[in-house]
Amino acid sequence: MSAESSPSPPGAPSVRATPREPLLSLRGISKSFGAVAALTDVALDVAAGEVVALVGDNGAGKSTLVKVLSGVHRPDAGTVRFDGRAVTVPSPGAAQRLGIATVFQDLALCENLNVVENLFLGREMRRLRLDEVAMEVRSRALLGELSAKIPSVRTPVAALSGGQRQTVAIARSLLGDPKVIILDEPTAALGVAQTAEVLRLIERLRERGLGILMVSHDMADVRAVADTVAVLRLGRNNGVFDAVGTTAADLVAAITGATDDLVVRRPGRSRGGSAAGTAEATREGEAS
Amino acid sequence: MTKPAVAADQDGAGGGARKVPGRGSGAVRDRRRAVSGRLRGGELGLLPVLAGLVVIWVVMQILNPVFLSSANLTNLALESVPSGIIALGVVCVLLVGQIDLSVGSVSGLGAAVLAVLFVDRGLPAWVAAGAALALAGVIGWLYAQVHHRIGVPSFVITLGGLLGFLGVQLWLLGPKGSINLPFDSGLVTFAQLQFLPPWAAYTLVVVGAAALYATGAARAGERRRAGLDAASRQFLAGRSLALLAGLGAAVWYLNRDRGVGWMFVFFLALVLALHYVLSRTSFGRSMYAVGGGREAARRAGVKVRAVLTTAFVLCATLACLGGMLSAARLAAANQSSGGGDVNLNAIAAAVIGGTSLFGGRGSAFAALLGVLVIQSISSGLTLLNLDSAYRFMVTGGVLLLAVSLDAVARRSRVSHGRA
Repeated sequence: MSAESSPSPPGAPSVRATPREPLLSLRGISKSFGAVAALTDVALDVAAGEVVALVGDNGAGKSTLVKVLSGVHRPDAGTVRFDGRAVTVPSPGAAQRLGIATVFQDLALCENLNVVENLFLGREMRRLRLDEVAMEVRSRALLGELSAKIPSVRTPVAALSGGQRQTVAIARSLLGDPKVIILDEPTAALGVAQTAEVLRLIERLRERGLGILMVSHDMADVRAVADTVAVLRLGRNNGVFDAVGTTAADLVAAITGATDDLVVRRPGRSRGGSAAGTAEATREGEAS
Repeated sequence: MTKPAVAADQDGAGGGARKVPGRGSGAVRDRRRAVSGRLRGGELGLLPVLAGLVVIWVVMQILNPVFLSSANLTNLALESVPSGIIALGVVCVLLVGQIDLSVGSVSGLGAAVLAVLFVDRGLPAWVAAGAALALAGVIGWLYAQVHHRIGVPSFVITLGGLLGFLGVQLWLLGPKGSINLPFDSGLVTFAQLQFLPPWAAYTLVVVGAAALYATGAARAGERRRAGLDAASRQFLAGRSLALLAGLGAAVWYLNRDRGVGWMFVFFLALVLALHYVLSRTSFGRSMYAVGGGREAARRAGVKVRAVLTTAFVLCATLACLGGMLSAARLAAANQSSGGGDVNLNAIAAAVIGGTSLFGGRGSAFAALLGVLVIQSISSGLTLLNLDSAYRFMVTGGVLLLAVSLDAVARRSRVSHGRA
């Protein structure tokens, strides 16, 4: 797409402590549905080669934020910067053209179609005389790069396990050559082995230099794979944590607001909004 | 050999043994396991209907030795065409997970429009036929609009259409209720009298077998060059020779009587055309996608409304075409055109042929094989001098069997984690 691509070389692993120009940067995002303020002044940064986990209780605004980023909802206020430019995301198609791919929780795969047919659904090669060979070669190569364990690319998706389906859905989002991938609850409803499979896949995506925003409920998964954890509470930022060195209890406290009282929470909130990426300052505010 | 894999939505290279250059035998084993697993897991494809057809033919032949005579089979082939063409349309709507219960009425309306414009108004046949087809297209479009904008299930919309367009048909035909088509018109001779000369029929068979081999070999070569598993030359040659022998024998047998009707060839051409669209174009792929998961297809960028609209339009247009050919065969359009069992025979043919009522599964060949089953039952029972009371009962039983098979196969897919 653009010439000045991702700041990190593809091989470089995570870069959690180094502050740098993020690939995707949100500031002051607000979104209301009628009288309900779903998001208020939310900030978020995702850098290339970084896994950011977005956590929060039910109704905290995670889904709304994901939908804003994927072009389903338009924010009422705030700016989105992507790859160094201010952008708007008016539609899902616009998000994909920018290079933001979203894998929703229900995966949106057609169970009666096989893996290749699903990967290329809606963007078949040679529309009037399908180029099955090229599509199959590309599918195999892509799944091979992801070290995916799929029995055969001609297996109907209905015959795949939950983890394999997640892999297919992620692989499909990669076909558009995105720079940022948003994963909505990628490990929900998966068994232990399948969860491990998906987490390994997320690490491989990070190694490819993609920025990853992962919405999750599962603190163990978050701490296993994320570099940074952004907490939403009641539609506002409630702290950004370095995943290493943060306990699950800290995160749960930030998510539920259980340990803070009104006096502490108020300044904590406003600070969380501006201090993305520099986790420590916020954490001190939270932890007291 | 038959192909157990559903040819329409698989890669089309067939199910038999394959050779895998430079990849060892793992892929062959995978493929075999995939095929047998698919059978056990409830992906039956065209196997049950082929088996059913053989059983019906054997039973009917035992009951009445005239059944498999050249004369009866020639007739059977021609009789199958109108219902078969309507069934092709039904396959389209069933594939996208909808249904059209009004195909009988629309076919009768098509016959009436054709007769009124062609006979009463004296317009050229092609203008009359074109007008009828265009009207049917508008009807299909209308169904789709009501479905999209008001959200009425297609079951109910087309039930309304069944009654409404039957009314329009009766109104068009007026008090006399029947319009005869002139016997010397091209339409009637096409449907009744025009048969391929033997040399043309044999040429078509040879061309068909050669084309099957050529396309198969080209695809296998392309796959092999790309390092994928591909069908072996022996398999491709065997398949083509089997087709050559089968069709050749059929043509020889029919030629002992009047031969192969042009109308039947026309039907086969429509089946092949729809098969191509369903299995080799992105539009066909999106029809399967919409039937298998509407929301998933929409998210993948498939224009769901356009696909549904096209399916309804295709179905109504094909129903109209079938109705016109039925009128041409009868040399008349009357109040009972498209009435009686036309509607349910066409839907039954599609389902008996293996098109799932639940959407997303089926192929163009389902219409061909399904209608052969239906017409064989009908023809056999007529030969036994049994009246339509028995015909309805037997056809109903076979339909129930086919639908049960579909439901059992679906349950088996669920229990094998495939649905």
